[in-house]
Amino acid sequence: MARNSILGVFAKSPIKPLEKHIRIVAKCCNQLVPFFAACAEQDWSTAGKIRTKISKFEQDADKLKRQLRLELPGGLFMPVDRADLLELLTQQDKIANKAKDIAGRVFGRKLVIPEILQTSFVEYVARNIDAIEKAADAINELDDLLETGFRGREVELVEKMINQLDSIEDDTDSMQIKLRSDLLAIENDLKPVDVMFLYQIIDWVGGLADLAERVGARLEILLARK
Amino acid sequence: MDILLSHGATLVMLAGVVGFFMAWGIGANDVANAMGTSVGSKALTIKQAIIIAMVFEFAGAYLAGGEVTSTIRKGIIDASYFVDSPELLVFGMISALFAAATWLLVASVLGWPVSTTHSIVGAIIGFAAVGVSPDTVEWGKVVDIVGSWIITPLISGIIAFFIFNSAQKLIFDTDKPLQQAKRYVPFYMFLAGFVLALVTIKKGLKHLGLDIGTVDGYIYAIAVALVVAIIGKIFINRLNFDENADKSTHYANVEKVFALLMIVTACCMAFAHGSNDVANAIGPLAAVVSIVDNEGQIAAKSAIAWWILPLGGFGIVAGLALFGHKVIATIGQGITHLTPSRGFAAELAAACTVVIASGIGLPISTTQTLVGAVLGVGMARGIAAINLTVVRNIIVSWVVTLPVGAGLSILFFWTMKATFS
Repeated sequence: MARNSILGVFAKSPIKPLEKHIRIVAKCCNQLVPFFAACAEQDWSTAGKIRTKISKFEQDADKLKRQLRLELPGGLFMPVDRADLLELLTQQDKIANKAKDIAGRVFGRKLVIPEILQTSFVEYVARNIDAIEKAADAINELDDLLETGFRGREVELVEKMINQLDSIEDDTDSMQIKLRSDLLAIENDLKPVDVMFLYQIIDWVGGLADLAERVGARLEILLARK
Repeated sequence: MDILLSHGATLVMLAGVVGFFMAWGIGANDVANAMGTSVGSKALTIKQAIIIAMVFEFAGAYLAGGEVTSTIRKGIIDASYFVDSPELLVFGMISALFAAATWLLVASVLGWPVSTTHSIVGAIIGFAAVGVSPDTVEWGKVVDIVGSWIITPLISGIIAFFIFNSAQKLIFDTDKPLQQAKRYVPFYMFLAGFVLALVTIKKGLKHLGLDIGTVDGYIYAIAVALVVAIIGKIFINRLNFDENADKSTHYANVEKVFALLMIVTACCMAFAHGSNDVANAIGPLAAVVSIVDNEGQIAAKSAIAWWILPLGGFGIVAGLALFGHKVIATIGQGITHLTPSRGFAAELAAACTVVIASGIGLPISTTQTLVGAVLGVGMARGIAAINLTVVRNIIVSWVVTLPVGAGLSILFFWTMKATFS
């Protein structure tokens, strides 16, 4: 009977699931803070539990991603481009994957951040998560953007958020440079293999903000079309 | 001629029963389309929607349904061909009703979105062109009617696009959307009330024996519209707003104002639907009654018998009361991102288009007009996702309906001719 009516014309909105997806991704990344705290105290059982949590969130995000893709067949008429929307989703999902990789690598090697780097590293992680939160905030404006027909003040507001996201990413870049040089100063006292992986983890954590910035960029492209 | 004298009462009864059944089918099925958007955007509960539909469908059918009924009754067929054999016209009209009602039933069971208007028009053309002679059909009128099926969705789409964009400009894209909504929503209520009142006064009341002058008509329409707007304003002022959500980016409060507006547009939609679609059921009935009452004389100008419009109105209400609940409940489930501010634009545009068409006497499809309006809002980037596959299916079912209605009616026509003579 449902097909017999006008309401069959309205397809399921992709916007709410997309917002839900980035919220799960943000939750997933937020777990990195307690994770690194546990690592610093060498409390590996807690760290292991948190790592499981992180990969659980990552799986949830994956599931939602797949479901959303299935619900977006070609014959939909949407205010935004379908390809842009799917690309945005892919970018969002990469953030969760990265967080899972970081937790997995650190836990797998029982890698400890050297005492001297500890404070600046914690700040560095937090700043990267700020970038993800900002990206999530911007994505959560999508329903308001729909309310305003993707035009006017609401678009300006989102552009402003994307600019803030860019400047947070800049912060993380300079923090990363500082961390690397600090690490360079002490690397002779550490095991060479650990040093290698420390550089890699610093790199990957910085990758979180890079990916968040790319989500912002995709959102911008989505708004610029049409 | 003898047939009409000996079986006249039977034929009228038969037409009355089928006409009522058809109206009942329209009420049970088609009304869901008219009310669906209101229920879907949660501006109305199912119960409220049913009550509004009952009152305004009946009002629309009774007050403004006359003009389209006349078109169905005598606009499609050239009656002068039937002067010598009026019984053929009676058989034909009854067959057309049978055909349309049957097709509606089949389509409902199979879940196809068919248009009652298309099936009845196809059926009338069918029996006349094939059963009698192609010359009996007023092809010029038919071209007008079929042309209107293409033009009306287009017009309602364009109106919806502009209404939605005006709401964006005046309300959403401002510093204080809530204040702007409180200020401007009564204007939209005024517009809805005005169009409805004007068409009723200018076109509908004539059939009830009331004739109001042009200037008076406009004054009355403005008065009615003002009353609607003022009542709306009072209700808006009594709304409770969630202060916490009153940030510049949150539109939940604004949508509450639009939900009130949607109650008005839902009334309009029900009225418009009643005014246009009641004719599908009772137009042929009116033709049968007028021929039998005049003992075979095909009167060029005769009023519609007094009991016919209310019969159609009651038929629709009966259908609604018995099945409307179930149908609307089914479509109200699992509804997506359709907020009142979008629903109102689509409904108002569709209702205006349909009511104006009713005033002119064009039998158009309400669902089709509404789909046009929805696409118009979609063009203005207002709807998250529109399923074009479903839109295509709806269009295909409309195209299929014409020949099917025609074929069925030819079949019934030959059967009746054989039975009675």
